[in-house]
Amino acid sequence: MDDLRKRAKELLESSTVKVVIGYEQGTANKTRALFVEKPEDAVKLIFDSYCVQNLAVYVTKREIRDKGKMAIAATLPVLRSIIQLASESQVNDNNLLVLGITPESKLVEFSNLAEVETFVHQYQIEIDAHNKEILDKLDKMTPAERWKFWIDELTPCFKCYACRAACPMCYCHRCTVDFNQPQWIPVPSHELGNLEWHIMRAVHLTGRCVDCDACYNACPLGIPLNLLTKKMVEEAKVHFGGYQPAIKGEHLMSTYKPDDKENFIQ
Amino acid sequence: MVDFEPKIVAFVCNWCTYAGADLTGTSRIKYASNVRIVRFPCTGRIDYMLLLKAFAEGADGIIVSGCHPNDCHYTSGNFHARRRWIMFRSLCDFMGIDTRRIKFSWVSAAEGAKWADIVNTIVASIRELGPYEDYKKVVKKPVKEVSNG
Repeated sequence: MDDLRKRAKELLESSTVKVVIGYEQGTANKTRALFVEKPEDAVKLIFDSYCVQNLAVYVTKREIRDKGKMAIAATLPVLRSIIQLASESQVNDNNLLVLGITPESKLVEFSNLAEVETFVHQYQIEIDAHNKEILDKLDKMTPAERWKFWIDELTPCFKCYACRAACPMCYCHRCTVDFNQPQWIPVPSHELGNLEWHIMRAVHLTGRCVDCDACYNACPLGIPLNLLTKKMVEEAKVHFGGYQPAIKGEHLMSTYKPDDKENFIQ
Repeated sequence: MVDFEPKIVAFVCNWCTYAGADLTGTSRIKYASNVRIVRFPCTGRIDYMLLLKAFAEGADGIIVSGCHPNDCHYTSGNFHARRRWIMFRSLCDFMGIDTRRIKFSWVSAAEGAKWADIVNTIVASIRELGPYEDYKKVVKKPVKEVSNG
């Protein structure tokens, strides 16, 4: 990704941006987030198939924002996250420059977020075949079997909140689980609290999740918690014709249609 | 289940269903006494977490009810609530939570008889389903001891 390095160097030298967010080589095969502030450090930037962390998570962090204008190397899920964040007034053209990496690993520079939006809208949010198969399998189970499946999966969770930390949409300064008056979610690693936490997470991400799988990749126990948000993406398609992050536009869950259809309200 | 009396929690809006339930009383319609009514300003205020808390506190069934579409006191609260219920119900179903135990309905201030009917129906169906053992088992499970050894 020489283009990326070169462009990052130029941007920093000309002081167009103060920090470039990208990936660098970590230990073993792992990659990690890199925050380039000096032009000479731009050579450390890499991009390969191991770069799956959603970097958009950093653009809402005060430690990074306080440095000044940011540039971010963004793959498709990251671009989507950025548009969702823009629609929630978390980023704008004044504080973020986007260096897009297309699914073909080509660098495209966007002059503003509106261009990012146009680019992102070429691609629909699609659940991959492997996960779709799992969703179908779960759908075919009886409710009792599904209950057992989820209780078994969620029991080992010790609520480290890595899923929350990895998710670019979970940027609240104080999350519901951090409150203790009232204590909505029981703190101990207990099935009830685990269940409630994962339901809460899925509900809060309904209509906002960009299906980047950052939560699943971050989970130290490999709990398939992304299935919950994937299911919500699917259900949004079934009931409301799906959604796309858009800078100006209604959010799925903060709007309504008088003729929304359901079949369970008596 | 011989001595099982279902516990039903009803989350209702102030303007329609609560008034409707009032009408049931003033009309002297008899209905099952298993229901505990919680009054909210609007269905839009009924948080999904409250439903989960009701189950965690031992409810066997839940009724969520408010104004009919287009009748909301705040114009659009019930429309927002409806979207949320559609998604929340799907999620509950996906996680294996027994959605037969959550009844959503619209009851206007004039529908005292409908309210009695809804309560009676859910009480009868919960009586058949029995206590919500699955959820109760999860709630009761002791917190694991942490070993510092």
